[in-house]
Amino acid sequence: MRARTESASQRLERVALNPLARTGTGYRLFVLVLLAVLGWGAYAFVTQLRWGLVSTGMRDQVIWGLYLVNFVFFIGISHAGTLVSAILRVTQAGWRTPVTRMAEMITVVAISVGALMPIIDLGRPDRVWHIVVFGRFQSPLLWDILSITSYLTGSLIYLYLPLIPDIALMRDRLGRDASVIKRRVYTLLAVGWRNTPEQRHRLEKAIGIMAVTIIPIAVSVHTVVSYVFSMTLRPGWDSTVFGIYFVIGAIFSGIASIIIVMVLFRKIFHLEAYITERHVRNLGYLLLVALLLYLYLTVGEYLTTGYKLQVEDKHLLELLLTGANAPWFWLFVIAGMVIPAFLVIVRRGPVIPRMVVAAVLVNVAMWVKRFVIVIPSLQVPLMPFDFGTYRPSWVEWSITAGAFAGFILIFAILAKLIPLISIWEVAEDEQRREPAPLAEAGERSGLRPEEVEALVETALRERRRGQGVR
Amino acid sequence: MRDRDGARRIGRREFIKWSLGAAGLAILSTPFLSLANRAKADASSPAASARQAAAKPARTIRDWTMVVDLKKCDGCVTIDSAPQCTQACINGHFVPKGQQWIQVYDVELPGGGKSFLPTPCYQCENAPCVNVCPVAATYHNEDGIVLIDHKRCIGCRMCMAACPYHRRFFNWGEPEVPPEAALVEYNPLYPVPAIRGTVIKCMFCAHLLRDGKLPYCVSGCPMKALYMGDLNEDIGTNGAEVVQLSRFLDENDAFRWKENLGTQPRVWYLPGHGQSFNRSADDPRKLQAPVWSWGGDGFDYQIDPLTWQKEPR
Repeated sequence: MRARTESASQRLERVALNPLARTGTGYRLFVLVLLAVLGWGAYAFVTQLRWGLVSTGMRDQVIWGLYLVNFVFFIGISHAGTLVSAILRVTQAGWRTPVTRMAEMITVVAISVGALMPIIDLGRPDRVWHIVVFGRFQSPLLWDILSITSYLTGSLIYLYLPLIPDIALMRDRLGRDASVIKRRVYTLLAVGWRNTPEQRHRLEKAIGIMAVTIIPIAVSVHTVVSYVFSMTLRPGWDSTVFGIYFVIGAIFSGIASIIIVMVLFRKIFHLEAYITERHVRNLGYLLLVALLLYLYLTVGEYLTTGYKLQVEDKHLLELLLTGANAPWFWLFVIAGMVIPAFLVIVRRGPVIPRMVVAAVLVNVAMWVKRFVIVIPSLQVPLMPFDFGTYRPSWVEWSITAGAFAGFILIFAILAKLIPLISIWEVAEDEQRREPAPLAEAGERSGLRPEEVEALVETALRERRRGQGVR
Repeated sequence: MRDRDGARRIGRREFIKWSLGAAGLAILSTPFLSLANRAKADASSPAASARQAAAKPARTIRDWTMVVDLKKCDGCVTIDSAPQCTQACINGHFVPKGQQWIQVYDVELPGGGKSFLPTPCYQCENAPCVNVCPVAATYHNEDGIVLIDHKRCIGCRMCMAACPYHRRFFNWGEPEVPPEAALVEYNPLYPVPAIRGTVIKCMFCAHLLRDGKLPYCVSGCPMKALYMGDLNEDIGTNGAEVVQLSRFLDENDAFRWKENLGTQPRVWYLPGHGQSFNRSADDPRKLQAPVWSWGGDGFDYQIDPLTWQKEPR
């Protein structure tokens, strides 16, 4: 028995630490491409700094554009981490363990990129320090800044805490040829972790506290992001449901992002033994729950305004349902609600590709949804004049592309610095799941882990069915 | 805070202030608090002094109010020119091309005709724009006018999103102003020259009011349709006649734009369609565009990615 767990933990280490040890040319090329896109985005930002916001497509009527759309989108997917690693931890959902690290990474990276967007959007980015010196709490923007910085701090701590044992492991596994700096950094970050029972106890307590703390912060973040809009007297924004609407939307796109990232990393870094079909399927069900909630809120939002049809709401609904923004709106409905729902409900075909398609559609559609939240409300005329128009300029598209490239780039770099799955937590799970992992039995009989998983699932189903008959 | 009729009232501003004060205190860590206090103590800035003034229960010295008599407003179509209020404002403030701080709109009448509606900034008492500004760059001065400190504005445009009247403008690029604008020393009362990346708007010509003069638009109106007055002293004038404001408003069925929003604008309208100058409601003549004598592109351009030059949108 001991020998088997030993070999399982060795394999875990090998798989989890492999990406850190080896770097292929494909990876280098990929990073180069990302850097090129990021560079072009930087060039666009320099253009904007030189000429001002006149280089964007925004003008006096449509005063906010893609930057705010990206802001809401990135802050939205940052809810991935909170959901999986905090909510699932608090509710003790056992299957979450291999996913938590990636989810928390999404959170940290997405907040960092998202928080840059409003600063890029400022007419005077050189005066951003005024917010610290002259900030006043009556303004929804200040609520945003407070809760987003709290969220970033909290998420960094929450990412770091479960990392400590893994960093200690990396410190201990460093080869002789490792550079002094690398050794020093790992030693410093491992904060003297020796895996004593007392250290373990304290760490688990700290993680528990952070898991509970981070949930209300995460909820507050997307609530106050929505308040930037709903504290105004604009049609579509002037809504009491916006807080929860944005929170659910954030969780929705957050789950979709985890599915995408998880499957990608599984493929690239060969994590099939740890991230199984079951994880993808369970997240798919969570995605469906969020989808239905979001659908409910969307219908409620448009039904309550559309029934009464105040003048400005009427203009807005015309813009959305049949007017200039109708293609975007219906793209959201079909690609974000209808198709993903069917992909999850109709269980035909392999799970993983099905969920990935659903998740990609959801993320695209949720970006579009943020677009139809921000732009059309600004196009509606508030005084007796014409509808506003908005066509994002090349500067905005480039900065948007740069933001996405930056998001992926930070991810690619992080994948080389920290293990993508929490080694010690997965090892703990495996020990708990005695006897020896089935995967090993499968290995011996020459089966791949998915196949073993599938076999187990079928067996369990058969048994349940048998019990039902009896 | 009390209303003009003395009734106790809990406004949106109060509601926000109290609920946020409580939440803010809970969330904030001490370094942030000390920074906020430092900002408050900095009384040399106009916004801070305005904040102190607002905290005082005493009534303001002035209560500036504008009255627009729509019976006299013909949109300047009968004299075949651009609206002279807008034109006077542009000339007087070197308004950047593309902005009309006091803009005249067509309003469609039920029978197919139209009237004209000159719209300056309404200087709302419960101003949504002032509520949402994150850095107190826009604020009420002692006389109730909503000013902007362009040296403090960070250009987030939250105030523009909040303004339900679309009376705020943004200097998207380098504002196009005549060279003589550079001779003026900047002051929030007279924000000339305009500063790139900041929000700008009508400020009731606060610099002229302070000297006992009428705003550019009021003195520029050939029909004498615009009145400027002080509700504290209950007096107003269009430059030709003097009226008792409260009676003038009552007897002429004055109304305010979007009264139901509760913003309490300081601009009142007397209904009409220019009939005082024999303009009929179905007069087909259209509004003319004002002129910027110094020219420019009026932010109606974009930047080419390769040549880095202006190109039309």
